[in-house]
Amino acid sequence: MNEIVEILFGLGDKFASHIVLAASAIGLGILVALPLAIWASRSPTVSRFALGFASLVQTIPALALLALFFPILLSLRAVFGEDLPTLGFLPALLALALYALLPILRNAVTAQANLDPQVLEAADGVGMTSLQKLRLVEAPLSAPFVMAGIRTASVWTIGAATLATTIGQPSLGDPIFAGLQTQNWALVVAGCIASAGLALVVDGLLGMIENGIANRRKWQWGAGFVAVALGLGAALFAQGGGEDDDTIVIASKQFSEQYILAQLIGAQLEKAGYSVAYRDGLGSAVVHSAVASSNIDISVDYTGTIWTNELERTDNPGREAMYETIVEWERENTGVRVLGRLGFENAYAFAMRSDRSAELGITSLEDLVAVAPQLTLGGDPEFFERPEWIAVREAYGLRVGKTRNFSPTFMYNALRSGEADAISAYTSDGRIAADKLVVLEDPREALPSYDAMLMMSPRIAGDEDIAAALKPLIGAISVAAMREANYAVDREGEGKLTPKEAAQELARKIGL
Amino acid sequence: MGGITCEIAKGSFVALVGSSGSGKSTLLKMVNTLVEPTAGRVLFAGDDVTTVPQAKLRRRVGYVFQGIGLFPHFTVGENIAIGPRLAGEALAESRIEELLTLVELEPDMASRMPDELSGGQRQRVGVARALANDPELLIMDEPFGALDPITRDALGNKVRELHEALGLTTIMVTHDMAEALLLADRVLVMDSGALVADEAPRALLKGEGGDIAQGLVAVPREQAERLSAMEDAPAKDGRA
Repeated sequence: MNEIVEILFGLGDKFASHIVLAASAIGLGILVALPLAIWASRSPTVSRFALGFASLVQTIPALALLALFFPILLSLRAVFGEDLPTLGFLPALLALALYALLPILRNAVTAQANLDPQVLEAADGVGMTSLQKLRLVEAPLSAPFVMAGIRTASVWTIGAATLATTIGQPSLGDPIFAGLQTQNWALVVAGCIASAGLALVVDGLLGMIENGIANRRKWQWGAGFVAVALGLGAALFAQGGGEDDDTIVIASKQFSEQYILAQLIGAQLEKAGYSVAYRDGLGSAVVHSAVASSNIDISVDYTGTIWTNELERTDNPGREAMYETIVEWERENTGVRVLGRLGFENAYAFAMRSDRSAELGITSLEDLVAVAPQLTLGGDPEFFERPEWIAVREAYGLRVGKTRNFSPTFMYNALRSGEADAISAYTSDGRIAADKLVVLEDPREALPSYDAMLMMSPRIAGDEDIAAALKPLIGAISVAAMREANYAVDREGEGKLTPKEAAQELARKIGL
Repeated sequence: MGGITCEIAKGSFVALVGSSGSGKSTLLKMVNTLVEPTAGRVLFAGDDVTTVPQAKLRRRVGYVFQGIGLFPHFTVGENIAIGPRLAGEALAESRIEELLTLVELEPDMASRMPDELSGGQRQRVGVARALANDPELLIMDEPFGALDPITRDALGNKVRELHEALGLTTIMVTHDMAEALLLADRVLVMDSGALVADEAPRALLKGEGGDIAQGLVAVPREQAERLSAMEDAPAKDGRA
């Protein structure tokens, strides 16, 4: 409990940017929805089209909608120039505003349609122009319903804004995503409490404004407005005092190893006198674009990932050639500087229980070939469809007796219980160390390498001081050290560490 | 609707009578352009109403209708003052009180909200709102249709009294021939979109105006005869 409270107090800046993001999105939603609703109330075609579009948007999962704005904004750079941000605040704002549209629009249109026709006839009868009618009659009578729509939209938006984390916009989703990945439930609970609490407070204040308008109590809606404005002002002020240009932003993808390495890099830079900020839990697909566009400054990526996704290559020239080609390609095409390799790989590999490996005398894939027809091989659900598996089969002429699919957690259990003799594993997975598994050698280099590389954005690529501060990390982290650190974060119960603690432990071990 | 030609003199009180669907309300709403004619013209003080700026025209014509249509978010006073406010003038509080007194409401009612009022009080406010602009013409569409008979009678007489006192020109649509005969100087009868009779009340009672008009007059007359016959006859239970 104390831990959660402590985390909550440390969420100030995430809280502020969450409020600013959600408020901007709702504001933009209102700016678009209200004129549209007025237009819709005067034309059934517009009404059908607008409500249909807003409903359609609502059917897209929020996470997908956020991710979709990345390619959309990227293609819009052709029009608005290269400075158009494709990650962070702008796409989050646009996606959330679209999401906020429906409840506001629907309530406004419904309110207009349900206005008393007698009152409208009287408005015409006393000689109101259509603008006067809107201002004096339609708007004030619709206001409580419109306010109710804004209230619904606000609660949705505050909740959905936690997903902005995945496209590099700091929000209360940061602790939630980090906690989910590292199984740190205190972080998840703190993030949820903060965002749900914010939603409840905003709902209460907007409800007060709604009631005040409906009952024509000026003090009530006035007080509500003042409270909302004060909260927003405080958030803007708090956010304004945030990062300056000298801050180095370190990204991490959504798994433990990435959180640990981000902390390790951050600590190293802080030691050299830099101020750092973290963008945790970015979607794997956006990290490379984020570093290439200098939205973030430092990331850790893997050779195999860049090779397939960015260079769009399917061949395997071998570990060294692949790395050299990537360094060259990044320099020429994106301006990203690959500072070097950290020293370990997070690749696909085959693992066996050590007693079984000793019994059968298998230490490499070559040894496996002879006995494989009598063995059962376990893999994650996609492994036997992946190019890695096809490459291994072809390179060694491997024929296994049986293949079985397991979810990653059960894969290790199957190995332990003997339901599988060997499994596909990730080389830096902490469970390899914990279960004392033997990773089979790959002498023919059939499995592509996934060397962890330290990437620097074009913004800081030329900064030799930063490079010097990070140089001690290059080649310093063995796969054994990484496994141990990963396991410390992933494990349950006693000895479980936060990514930050694991990073400190790792730093001590590699002598930094 | 077609073939209607008629002139209404300044200062007269005209009732427009007919059964449901005869077109009387539609004809009335052509005066303040709530309905626009597909052919023909309506002249008001010599000008075609469709060529006069609409908002300005409607402020010169007081409009009272069955639905009343008080603005629920305005006080009674604000409702009454709306016409002058649209023209950019603030109606003095004393004038609002005067208008309330005119329709026999307490002056302190100005600060009340419409939903605190009874139906009769609301329509009195509706009349006061229509009079606030000092209109040249007052048009009323079934103004008392939703009121109970006692309120209805009292308010009808009040309107007639105001018509005299303020020198108004008034056109009232009603389906109740008795009301028309009692209040108006002149009764126009409509049927299926055409004007079928144009007579003074006295002439109608004498049997002028044709079959349709006489059919409408027959209803209240017969009711009155039956009521007086009932008075003269011995009581059915023998106690009278």
